[in-house]
Amino acid sequence: MQRLLPSMLLGTLLVVAGCDRTNPTATATVAPAKVTAAATGGSKAGDLGPPQGEPIKAVLTSPPFVPPPTNRTAPAKVIVELEVIEKEMPISEGVSYTFWTFGGTVPGSFIRIRQGDTVEFHLKNAPDSKMPHNIDLHGVTGPGGGAASSFTAPGHASQFTFKALNAGLYVYHCATAPVGMHIANGMYGLILVEPPQGLAKVDREYYVMQGDFYTTGKYREKGLQPFNMEKAIDERPTYVLFNGSEGALTGDKALTAKTGESVRLYVGNGGPNLVSSFHVIGEIFDKVWYEGGTHFQENVQTTLIPAGGAAMMEFNLEVPGSYVIVDHSIFRAFNKGALAILKADGPENKAIYSGKEVDETYLGDRAAPNLASVAAAAKSAKAGALTVDEQIKAGRDLFAGTCSVCHQATGLGLPGVFPPLAKSDYFAKDPLRMVDAVLRGISGPVTVNGQAFNSVMPPMSQLTDDETANISTYVLNSWGNPGGRVTKEQVAKRRAQAPGPVVAQH
Amino acid sequence: MNTLRYLWLAGSLLPLFAWAAGSGSSGGYVHIPAGTLVSALKFEDVNGAVRIDAFQMMRRPVTNAEFAAFVGTRPAWQRGHVKPVFAGPDYLGHWATPTQVGTAVQGAQPVTRVSWFAATAYCEAQGGRLPLWLEWEYVAASDRLRRDARDDPAWRERILAWYAQPSSKVLPPAGSGEANRYGLRDLHGLVWEWTEDYSALLVTADNRNQGDAETNRFCGAGALSINDRDNYAVLMRVAMLSSLEGSNTTMNLGFRCVKGAR
Repeated sequence: MQRLLPSMLLGTLLVVAGCDRTNPTATATVAPAKVTAAATGGSKAGDLGPPQGEPIKAVLTSPPFVPPPTNRTAPAKVIVELEVIEKEMPISEGVSYTFWTFGGTVPGSFIRIRQGDTVEFHLKNAPDSKMPHNIDLHGVTGPGGGAASSFTAPGHASQFTFKALNAGLYVYHCATAPVGMHIANGMYGLILVEPPQGLAKVDREYYVMQGDFYTTGKYREKGLQPFNMEKAIDERPTYVLFNGSEGALTGDKALTAKTGESVRLYVGNGGPNLVSSFHVIGEIFDKVWYEGGTHFQENVQTTLIPAGGAAMMEFNLEVPGSYVIVDHSIFRAFNKGALAILKADGPENKAIYSGKEVDETYLGDRAAPNLASVAAAAKSAKAGALTVDEQIKAGRDLFAGTCSVCHQATGLGLPGVFPPLAKSDYFAKDPLRMVDAVLRGISGPVTVNGQAFNSVMPPMSQLTDDETANISTYVLNSWGNPGGRVTKEQVAKRRAQAPGPVVAQH
Repeated sequence: MNTLRYLWLAGSLLPLFAWAAGSGSSGGYVHIPAGTLVSALKFEDVNGAVRIDAFQMMRRPVTNAEFAAFVGTRPAWQRGHVKPVFAGPDYLGHWATPTQVGTAVQGAQPVTRVSWFAATAYCEAQGGRLPLWLEWEYVAASDRLRRDARDDPAWRERILAWYAQPSSKVLPPAGSGEANRYGLRDLHGLVWEWTEDYSALLVTADNRNQGDAETNRFCGAGALSINDRDNYAVLMRVAMLSSLEGSNTTMNLGFRCVKGAR
């Protein structure tokens, strides 16, 4: 130590010297020292005195919602009442599971308090519960985190009181034997202890919690599935889920926001076994309060959330669309259910993200001769001397690249999957119906030559008016179709009409 | 009650003996031979196997009808009359009246919402007692063919499957489960059961690691006092029993009686 000390002093002196020169680089050098100085003091600084005013009943929310900020400037006595309910709920489509819950949901109700608050905690165990339960809150200072004091038989209620000395986002969970089974059945949730100054205002706050589940049946095997202890001990989950069921946060239940809004996620990981590589596809977290603590990291792609841990993250939504929330241990997302959606509505912002600009067939070396006919047609078109023959040649080569994959080089399509273009009654009377299909795609049921189809053709809007005209002309003059011609002016006119896919025409 | 007794008479000879012997019905007692048990619990004063003396045990849990017959002649154990220190406010709360089961509850279902004190009084009235934990564990280790099936993962899975059933489901009649090697039914998969020494389970189990007996009453310490940590079925039963006070009642907790050696 004696040797170290002088060199540390030297280091400090250097930094100070840098400051005096007031150059920007030197200022950056000082930053870490500032962080150290800004340490909050932890639990020693967390006792903000006796509670003030009348006791307050805590607002609890079910996931994915978060209670409003406490907006308090003094410590209070806060009463929290949480009921343990054992109930059968869906874990996936057609699959149910007997969950053990804090407040009837998985994860349990979100609790929001302020550092320095005195919390009078009431844990109730529903009369029809089979099991005794208790609660260990990671935000509690004291042995067991409240577990010993809250051990509660079915049809009973317990009470204990603690002072929230440390700010942060904390997991709570049941700690009754067998602990692993109680957690695996969904007994966890989050408690947020706001720092005294509160958290910065954001437009949206959401509550998401990951958990792994172990059922006797396979993934998506129907019916009521019992808990499987062997899989749990071996750490081979059947499901890895956000908010307790597959589809809890997708479709109609997706998280929502608008472009231009700031979003804060409170994310916990109940486990019991897995660590989460939490990631939002298409977003970068502007800030992550890693491990649910006081300091944030900036510009993060994926953040690690340990079992029995949590993190807060903030980001702004610039571009509309669906953002997929995953555990980036990616088989969990696509094969075990760890998938949620955040849907952002608002105007496109092409300067930031264009959407798909080009989708063309890449043929490598084989492309060169094909392009010759297209180039020739383009040249003639420019000169105003484009013949039907040139259009057909160019159209044939474009068709081979863009259309033949589905409609086949023979124009016969695939029965039941891709409609035929040969002798097609779909556009025999009105060739511009084909132009519409190319420009806007088709989705839903259509009948072609007496055969019903029901699938999706994406819009080929990447094709230019020239190219669309040439392809259409080629099709009209092939495979027993009636012949004729489509011009680029006609295409341009159709393109200018109301956008959107063509749906369900009979 | 008479109708009920005649039904049993028709069904089985054993209740006949039990009834004829004047010891009350309760589905009759089964003789359990002496043997040894390596408990899943770690006892301070026991190493290895424990000797279990022969005793007799009711073949199934006590039913609502049987318990109604008991309280019918003993007002002190009727809902509303019982002293609060002996039974909590929910005692027999599902019955229509203090002495009658009513129509919402079936007489043949196992009686639940009974306190330890009430269960003890019932057994004493039969000339019996509640089983000790070790006696209960000894017979509950059995399956249809074996006296000790605890090493069989299938045995464990079947027991654990009960926890996956939500307790909102209607309880089946007592005695409808499969008989084990001893002829006992419903030791698993129907209701929890009181044991005479339930309150001592965790307190005596591991005072070496935890100076304060109360701290044994939650997870960490509970796990420490288990020999066979894979035996979650036992662990959960112990956790359940150790959460209770003698006056407590729950919707899933009943009992059966034993007689003979202690």
